[in-house]
Amino acid sequence: MSYARRALAVVWKDLAVERRSKETLNALVFFSLLLLFVFQFTLGADRERLAAVLPGVLWLGFVLSALLALGRTFLVEREHDCWEGLLLAPGDKSAIYLGKLLGNLLLMLLVEALVLGLFVVFFDIDLSRALPGLLVVVLLGTLGLAAVGTLFAAMTANVRARELLFPVLLLPVQVPVLLATVKATEALLLGEPLGAVAHWVKLLVAADAVYVVVSLLTFDVVLEG
Amino acid sequence: MSLEPVIRVIDVRKVFGLVPVLDGVSLEVRGGEAVALLGANGAGKTTLLKILATLLRPTRGTATIAGHDVARAPEAVRPLLGVVAHGAWVYDDLTARENLRFWSTLNGLAVGADDVSAALGGVGLERVADARVRTFSAGMKRRLSLARVMLTRPRVLLLDEPFAGLDQRAKKWLESRLETLKAAGAALLMVTHSFGRELGIADRLAVLAGGRIALDTARGTLGPDDVQRLYAAHAEEGL
Amino acid sequence: MVKTLGWLTALALVVGLLMAFVVAPQVTQGNVQRIMYVHVPLILASYVAFVVLAIASILYLVRRDPAADRLAHASGEVGVVFVGLGIATGSIWGKPTWGTWWTWDARLTSVAILFVMYLGYLLLRGTIDDPERAARYCAVLGIVAALDIPLVHFSVYWWRTLHQPPSLMKPGGFTGSASILWPLLVNLLGFVLLYAYFVARRVRLLRAEAEAVP
Repeated sequence: MSYARRALAVVWKDLAVERRSKETLNALVFFSLLLLFVFQFTLGADRERLAAVLPGVLWLGFVLSALLALGRTFLVEREHDCWEGLLLAPGDKSAIYLGKLLGNLLLMLLVEALVLGLFVVFFDIDLSRALPGLLVVVLLGTLGLAAVGTLFAAMTANVRARELLFPVLLLPVQVPVLLATVKATEALLLGEPLGAVAHWVKLLVAADAVYVVVSLLTFDVVLEG
Repeated sequence: MSLEPVIRVIDVRKVFGLVPVLDGVSLEVRGGEAVALLGANGAGKTTLLKILATLLRPTRGTATIAGHDVARAPEAVRPLLGVVAHGAWVYDDLTARENLRFWSTLNGLAVGADDVSAALGGVGLERVADARVRTFSAGMKRRLSLARVMLTRPRVLLLDEPFAGLDQRAKKWLESRLETLKAAGAALLMVTHSFGRELGIADRLAVLAGGRIALDTARGTLGPDDVQRLYAAHAEEGL
Repeated sequence: MVKTLGWLTALALVVGLLMAFVVAPQVTQGNVQRIMYVHVPLILASYVAFVVLAIASILYLVRRDPAADRLAHASGEVGVVFVGLGIATGSIWGKPTWGTWWTWDARLTSVAILFVMYLGYLLLRGTIDDPERAARYCAVLGIVAALDIPLVHFSVYWWRTLHQPPSLMKPGGFTGSASILWPLLVNLLGFVLLYAYFVARRVRLLRAEAEAVP
């Protein structure tokens, strides 16, 4: 199936470029470490306060990393006018979106795993009971961020004040995802089962579905440059 | 060898902001024909090429390729095109071989390892096939771009300075490949500054000046000096 | 046609405001409560603006008609202004009445997010020079934002619930007295007409600008 092959070609290409240049990955790893220090210094050793703000702080870290990663995702296409080549390739352009989305998703999940790992180690958090539910929430939330983020990244890639416009456009639209993930994470870390946050999970699923479908349908309009 | 024009540009105007870059351009290229479009920097050659490549939309006028309107039916036009534009369309962090494989897959072509090697060999890049493009000179990236186009068998070729930066061997290779494509009925539009041997492949010459086609003539037996004189005459007129 | 619209608007607003200040009864919150007759219609009219923006955006993507884009553009501008004024009047009402300019309850938070989203819409327009690209990108953003509204609404509502329970749109109908309802409705009509009048004028201006280009 040519569509799937083209999407996978884009995924492979993005991951290969990232693996070799390590530009985005390095920045993200460094950024995660920085976040860890900042949170430690600003929140201090008060374990109760930390437990209370942990879900918000964790997702703040995820969102900031996402902004970094997603904002750059189409920059690689600007060099040597590669986006022209993408646009001129015959066939459904949404395959390119899908490829970019998968690549971004993998990158973001990787960084989130790192951040989560660092938090567990440095803040001595016990995730054993919450982990399965947490994985579901993190996956759904990251998909939501990446879905709209990839679309908006394509939109702002060729625009003035890109670095400013991208977060300004993305964050308000992502409020449902942010609320759902933070609230669900909060409940899960307090020991609640996944069923207790079912309404948040359903919201995330609905949001992800809407974002991915709309992006697939409108991506070629955005790629037209 | 078809007599029907494959590329038709009809009174195309393109305005950027308030500046009219193209102001009523009309041009035709038939199947099996190569047209060289000459013009000064900023004359609008690249703009015209981009419009035909479906990368820009004309402000007024129509351009069609094989009967399809480039502005209204770009997706019908794109599978027919082979484009070598100003940017080389290469990823610096991939190797030459990987770049060709990526673009072939993206264009839905089933291209084997041998075809890729042959294409790289043709442009003289076989020895650096597995080196990252980041290490390439501008000329080498250009050649990779040409190899990319040659892997497809386009019906229409839109080329921006195709011979620039090539050594003698690569120029010969490109000439012969373009001749082969012409013989198979492809229409070629080359945008170029130079008046030398590169024009050997052109059947017609056109000069773009003042936003219009100032001259459109068969190349016939014109030598490089004649062409240069003609160009100077008509380019002046347009200013 | 636009002139008639203008006169009708003026009429509705004058009548409405008169009713709000003279006819409507004084309520426990004091005279400042009368701001509600401006605040609520402003917010509701802005919802109309954003629905129109969403529909015009879809129309533009389907038909690529610049008129649809101009409608979306104008609607966005007027909508943002109305939301801004709505928030401001809400704060003015809120401070003496509940002691605070702002609270993060469901309704206020949703409206604030709406405001920022459509402000971003205008920002995007302002940043792109090529009118055709601006139209396309803003249409996509308009559609994404519109589809996001229900998601924002639910997520924020589940997160908080403090605002006055919606009195106009509660199932079971309006529970306030008729002397509050009528001034409210007349003002609502007035502000929707005002929105339409501003959009009509703005669209005219945008079309004139577009046609001035060679």
